[in-house]
Amino acid sequence: MKAWMPTLLLLAVGSALAAPITMEDQSQLTVPPAQAAQFAPPAEGELPDNAFGKLVREGHALFVDTRRLMPDAVGNGMNCSNCHLDQGRLAHSAPMWGAYPMYPAYRKKNDKVNTYAERIQGCFQFSMNGKPPAADSLQMSALSAYAYWLSTKAPTGVELAGRGYPDVPQPQGGYDFKRGQQVYREQCAICHGDKGEGQKVAGEYVMPPLWGKDSYNWGAGMHRINTAASFIKYNMPLGKPGSLSDQQAWDVAAWINRHERPQDPRLVEGSVEKTRLKFHANDGVNLYGQKVEGVLIGQGTGG
Amino acid sequence: MTLLSRVVIGSALILAWPIAHAADGQKIFTQGGSNPAAMACLGCHGPDGKGIAAAGFPRLAGLPAGYLSKQLHDWRTGSRKQPVMEPLAKALTDDEIMAVSSYLASLPGDPAPNLRRQQIANDPTTRLALYGDWSRQIPGCVQCHGPGGSGVGEQFPPLAGQPASYLVAQLNGWRDGSRSNDPNQLMVGVAKAMTDDEVVAIAEFFANPASPEVKP
Repeated sequence: MKAWMPTLLLLAVGSALAAPITMEDQSQLTVPPAQAAQFAPPAEGELPDNAFGKLVREGHALFVDTRRLMPDAVGNGMNCSNCHLDQGRLAHSAPMWGAYPMYPAYRKKNDKVNTYAERIQGCFQFSMNGKPPAADSLQMSALSAYAYWLSTKAPTGVELAGRGYPDVPQPQGGYDFKRGQQVYREQCAICHGDKGEGQKVAGEYVMPPLWGKDSYNWGAGMHRINTAASFIKYNMPLGKPGSLSDQQAWDVAAWINRHERPQDPRLVEGSVEKTRLKFHANDGVNLYGQKVEGVLIGQGTGG
Repeated sequence: MTLLSRVVIGSALILAWPIAHAADGQKIFTQGGSNPAAMACLGCHGPDGKGIAAAGFPRLAGLPAGYLSKQLHDWRTGSRKQPVMEPLAKALTDDEIMAVSSYLASLPGDPAPNLRRQQIANDPTTRLALYGDWSRQIPGCVQCHGPGGSGVGEQFPPLAGQPASYLVAQLNGWRDGSRSNDPNQLMVGVAKAMTDDEVVAIAEFFANPASPEVKP
């Protein structure tokens, strides 16, 4: 064996073991450790029957049926409620009541102070791979009103227990695609399909696609293996949260996020490498712009 | 014999081969299988396969073939228990199970109601059906069984068009262990987390879609 082979092997292992997680964006989002969340959003019956209540109801409809109701803004097969379970109410599932009272806030992702509307626009650009509605549009007002209502009686500017997805520390041995594929086959494919394609009824997604042209793009927070592992550990399989080990969550998150998806809309001069350096090199644990088994990841689905 | 006619006759033989040897799904449905113990489906499930609601006999028409054949195999192994269906499933051959499942899947079912997850649900049954109760780890029924309970893919059967008493019996089957054939144990936890009243209310919700908004 040539002398440089061990070095190459070490490099290959290194990418799987990854350096300490530097959290470009999530570092700002301090998530309290998982614990019983104290905050409870208001019950449906408490919604007033007036103009405000009507706007909240519109926002709720957009939140749970986003793709159908906002075809111009959503460019893939996702709804808000796919990543924010129970209509944006569920603790440890990035609930709206944990997010709304934290804005305006500075985000490194776009290097400015974001209003809540601007934060949602980011969701539309990346997680929904679409075209964000204008900040002063009726749709944006409705989505903001719904989040505001869910935050009723929540303190402003306080990091509430249950916000975001709780961190799942990277296992000491890193992650493994083969094991991840196994977890995927056994636990995920029944709903999301053997090829991550999701499942439709009458042309509409019921179970969201996890990769491919109708899934979140390479700029979405969920493309980070650490973020996906956190979401999965605390929310999946649906109805059985916490049933996967930390290792399984990381393995399957890595398996999902090694697959192609729509290109990062911030693509720099058509170059995956330049985009990696600018936006992905310090963004948690992700595979964008890296080679996995000789194939460059992050080329996009071209759709 | 010309080369062309050889090819034509040869093709005809090849095409006829599987038909001549495959079990006839329609015949099993109307007349039963080769073993007399495998009685005709339509006797209990109705001439259109849509079930007999008054007796609690479920709809089979339009259910996914993979789901139907799995149930028949599961009655054989005992992971699903039902005194009438168990001996019947054991009397069917594997080929007959495949054939009758495909035939039933091809029969038209009534379309599921166009109930969307859009409205904020005020009454507890609609809320449970559409959104679930996450304090008990119960997802909304339609999140897996599709809008209006239409069914999704091969694994998640339709709830729409099933008799209420059938749906109640299934939920109770998971609760008491007489049914344990749910893939990945996705139903057993949900059923056990539900109360008796909720089991009945949810069954009514999907069995009688014309009045889904009825308050308890």
